[in-house]
Amino acid sequence: MIRARGLEKRYGDKRVLKALDIELPRGGFLLVTGPNGSGKTTLLRVCAGLALPSAGEVEISAPRAQIGFLGHEPLVYRELTALENLDLYGRLYHVPERRERIGMLLERFGLWAARNDRASSFSRGMLQRLALCRALLHEPELLVLDEPYSALDEQGAELLDRELAELRPQRTFLVSTHDAKRLDPLASSRLALAA
Amino acid sequence: MRSYAEDVLTLARKDLMLELRARDTLPAMLLFVIAALVVFHFALPADASKLAAKGLLWVAIVFTALVGLTRAFVAEREQRTIDGLLLAPCDRSAIWLAKGVAVLAFLVLAEVVALPAFALFFSGVNGATIAGVALADLGIAGVGTLLAAMASLSRARELLLPLLFLPLAIPVIVGGVGASVVDSPGRYLGFLALYDVVFAIISWASFEYVVTE
Amino acid sequence: MLATTLVSASIALIFFYAPVDQDGLNQKIFYFHVPIAFTAYACFGWGAWKAFVHLWKRPPGADLESYVAIHQGVIFGAMTLITGSIWAKISWGRWWVWSSHQLVLFLVLFLFYAAYFMLRFSVEPGPQRENLCAVYAIFGVVLIPISYLAIRLAQDYIHPVTFSRHGPQMAGSQFATFCVALAGMVALAGFLYRLELAGKRLDQRLRELREALA
Repeated sequence: MIRARGLEKRYGDKRVLKALDIELPRGGFLLVTGPNGSGKTTLLRVCAGLALPSAGEVEISAPRAQIGFLGHEPLVYRELTALENLDLYGRLYHVPERRERIGMLLERFGLWAARNDRASSFSRGMLQRLALCRALLHEPELLVLDEPYSALDEQGAELLDRELAELRPQRTFLVSTHDAKRLDPLASSRLALAA
Repeated sequence: MRSYAEDVLTLARKDLMLELRARDTLPAMLLFVIAALVVFHFALPADASKLAAKGLLWVAIVFTALVGLTRAFVAEREQRTIDGLLLAPCDRSAIWLAKGVAVLAFLVLAEVVALPAFALFFSGVNGATIAGVALADLGIAGVGTLLAAMASLSRARELLLPLLFLPLAIPVIVGGVGASVVDSPGRYLGFLALYDVVFAIISWASFEYVVTE
Repeated sequence: MLATTLVSASIALIFFYAPVDQDGLNQKIFYFHVPIAFTAYACFGWGAWKAFVHLWKRPPGADLESYVAIHQGVIFGAMTLITGSIWAKISWGRWWVWSSHQLVLFLVLFLFYAAYFMLRFSVEPGPQRENLCAVYAIFGVVLIPISYLAIRLAQDYIHPVTFSRHGPQMAGSQFATFCVALAGMVALAGFLYRLELAGKRLDQRLRELREALA
């Protein structure tokens, strides 16, 4: 699904990723670990198609419509409600039966009660959950998640556990984390980045 | 083709909804254009011709447009929601078109107030002027949206946008003032149309390169 | 080497060979002004071409080449404004005339390309900056004819009185001198371009090496 050879990423003069080779087959789960500043976020952005490599090559077999991305920012519009945000993305991704799917996701992540509240009123944990809804909305084949557990409280983390366990057999995952122990059982391959 | 149009509509709706909620850009533009017209009254000495005032109308329009354009990509910039749009399967140029439509809407709304105010404060506004304004709006929205996207990537975005925009706005001003002032405005209106078409095409084609890495 | 020869040859020709027009010194400025203007256009054109190539095929050096070309263009553009101003003073007694389309066009272009540098230096270096600058460079080259049209159209409502365009009719020897001057300027631009490009490439290489060693 994702293949990279000699992947390098430079921002200005600073080399963030050096000569990486990655192989993520369909149905796999690649767990990326590493200290802060080791380039996890950059790697995930490149693999999601948000950034181009400075050198080397990356091959992502999934089209944009099949990629679900969760980054450091929730990527929601603060002035719009949860429902409006998801409706926007639902339209952009041409999600069939949009309203039902949105309702279902909001409920699964415990946000149904807050569906008509503006995202600006959400706590960090709620924003993260909303971001997860956004990432999963279009049922993508490839899920690229950058530290998905950050900002989630106990309840949110459990919801995510459940979701990942359910989706694990059907999708391909590229996940970065600080909490390797939690996700290790799911992983089919691991990559540790050095600073 | 149909989904392209749908995407543009979805994104334009989003921008208009955001403005409806935040209510900061449009009121600012309205206030600015009226304030500018008042300033111009005090800036025109006694024997300044009516024609000079007509020229200043265009200055007001261009600077009011700048006020609106400066805000155009703020949400995408500050909340990084541009990533959300780039991840979506829609064509990059659809983002430009949708944002351009929104900018155009704000500009037209500001002019709906500005033109009558101008007629009230200075002199009447004829059909050629209105046609000129309409054509100029298209050009300003098209080029301005692209430049606003560029400026939003820089450290000095509010400073940079006027510097990028004004040289490109000079032909628009020439077309507009010419149309307002001259007896046979056809040439100027035609020139504005040419500007619109040429710059719309290259803006549409190059927007992708501006937003992606 | 070639540039020095050509430029010195052109200077020699200008002052000793070409017959003196009735305007005297004014004529000589012309041999500088127009070639410099032409060279500036050529630089902007080259910069836009490199920008287009960068967006199209992404060869690694294209962005730098585009930048250096535009830098040269701005330098020659500034020289155009200066020599043009001198010519205006000599021809019409004022340091600036709005009726010279060429001069006004260069002023607008100068503003546009000066903003190029503001753009370039307020964005973090990287692929995004390269793309922005490339797109802007292409806009610039499209702006040239459109601005020219605009300036001509503006003449009609700004200044109904037209100044006679001061384009000397060129006799054979004048034409030859002009060509040499033109070739000289272009060669000079080419030489400066290559010089600056080499310097910038060296800088880049040094930084890469430093990075690799770190």
